[in-house]
Amino acid sequence: MNKVFANAKEAIVGVEDGMTFMLGGFGLCGIPENCIAALVELGVKNVTCISNNAGVDDFGIGLMLQKRQVKKMISSYVGENAEFERQLLSGELEVDLIPQGSLAERTRAGGAGIPAFFTPAGYGTEIAEGKEVREYNGKPHILETALTSDFAFVKAWKGDKAGNLVFKDTARNFNPLMAMAGKITVAEVEELVEPGELDPNFIHTPGIFVQRIFQGTNYQKRIEQRTVRPKI
Amino acid sequence: MLDKYGIAKRIAQELEDGFYVNLGIGIPTLVANYIPEGIDVELQSENGLLGMGPFPFEGEEDADLINAGKQTVTTLPGSSVFDSATSFAMIRGQHVHLTVLGAMEVSQNGDIANWKIPGKMVKGMGGAMDLVASAKNIIVAMMHTNKEGESKLLPSCTLPITGVKCVKKVVTNLASLEIKDGAFHLLERAPGVSVEDIINATAGKLIVPDFVPEMKID
Repeated sequence: MNKVFANAKEAIVGVEDGMTFMLGGFGLCGIPENCIAALVELGVKNVTCISNNAGVDDFGIGLMLQKRQVKKMISSYVGENAEFERQLLSGELEVDLIPQGSLAERTRAGGAGIPAFFTPAGYGTEIAEGKEVREYNGKPHILETALTSDFAFVKAWKGDKAGNLVFKDTARNFNPLMAMAGKITVAEVEELVEPGELDPNFIHTPGIFVQRIFQGTNYQKRIEQRTVRPKI
Repeated sequence: MLDKYGIAKRIAQELEDGFYVNLGIGIPTLVANYIPEGIDVELQSENGLLGMGPFPFEGEEDADLINAGKQTVTTLPGSSVFDSATSFAMIRGQHVHLTVLGAMEVSQNGDIANWKIPGKMVKGMGGAMDLVASAKNIIVAMMHTNKEGESKLLPSCTLPITGVKCVKKVVTNLASLEIKDGAFHLLERAPGVSVEDIINATAGKLIVPDFVPEMKID
C-alpha cells in the first residue's frame, strides 16, 4: 500500500467542483499551505470549505476566496479577511458560523462515527434556531450533527510513509480531527520519514486516518500577530 | 475610575491558587500581567495550549506557537499542547475554573452579547459560545458604557446573544457587580467613583447596599 505522493499537485488528484473540503489550521498556524496552493492552481470551483478560519486576504484560504473558488465557508471566526467580509455582505459567499468547540467536536464525531451529539454551546442564541433541544442534568442542550468531507487537507510537522503524523505545538489544532473526518485525507508534512523512525508512543494521528502523504516545500509559516518582549 | 489595566488588576484579585483560567482577547488578556504573588494559575488558550507563557524574546518567535488571539507566545515547564477537541473538552467538561471575557452587552439575568453586530460586524463567535455555555465561573471585563455613553449593563441584551444566564460577575471601569436573581448587585466602587455615577450608568436593575466599599487596587 503506497500512500506517498510526490507533491501537492499529485496528492490532490480527484478533487472536483462542488466538493466539501476540510482544511486544518488555526488562523495561519498549521494550515496546509502546499495543498491550498495546488487547489488554487487547479482552480476547482463551488467548493465548501470547513475550516476554523478563512485565512487572510493574501494567504491561506484567502487565496481561494480571491479566485472565487469557495461557495460556502463553515467556520467559527473569519475576522481577519476583508475580501471574505465583502463577499459575504454582497451575497456571493454563504457562511455557516458555528462555535469553535462545536466545530471541533462535530469534526471529531464525523471521524469517529457518531452522527450527532448534544452540547450546551449556543443554546438560546440564533445558532440554536431549528435545532432540537433536550435537557440533561437540568441544563438545556442543542443537537449538533457530525461533519465529514470529501477531502481533508492537513499539515503536520513529521510524518512517516505509513501515514502516521506528529504535530508541533499549537499547529496541531484542528488537523488531527479533520484527518479523521475526510473520506480522503491528504497530509502534507515538513519532514517525511521511513516507518519506524517515529516513536509509536508519540504518534498524534495514527496512519489509518491518512490516505495520502507528501513532503511539503517552501513553507512560509506566516505570523499574524508578532508579539515579542525585548531581550534583557 | 479604572482604566483597562485597572480592570485587569481588579480581576486578577479573583484568581485562586491552582486555577486553570481562560482569558479572552482584549482586557482579559491583560489579567495575566497581574497574577498575585504566591498564586499559581495555568492559562488555557483554546487553540490548544495549557500553561501559556509570556511573549517570546525578539527573534525567538515561532509561527507554530500562538495563542487564541493569534499572537506568538511561549510554553513553560509543565505546559502541554493538544488538539481543538481536547481543548474544548477541558472547557465544556468544566475542567477550566474561570473564564474572563470581554462583552458588548450584559443583561441583568446574566446573558452576554459579544459576537455580532447585525449588518456591521460579521466575524464569528470563535470559542465564546462554548466558553460561556460551560464555564463554572465567568467574569466579564468591560467598560461600563459604550462610545456613545450608553450603558452596557442592560435589562436585556439588544444585540444577538452569545449565551444565556451565564455571567456571574462584571468588572467595569466604574464598579464590580455580581449578577444574581435577575439583577446587578453592586459590590464595589472603582476609586473615585460615586454610587450615583454607577446608578446613572447602569440601565439594568441595580441593587445597591447601604454601604459600598471602594476597590483596593495597587
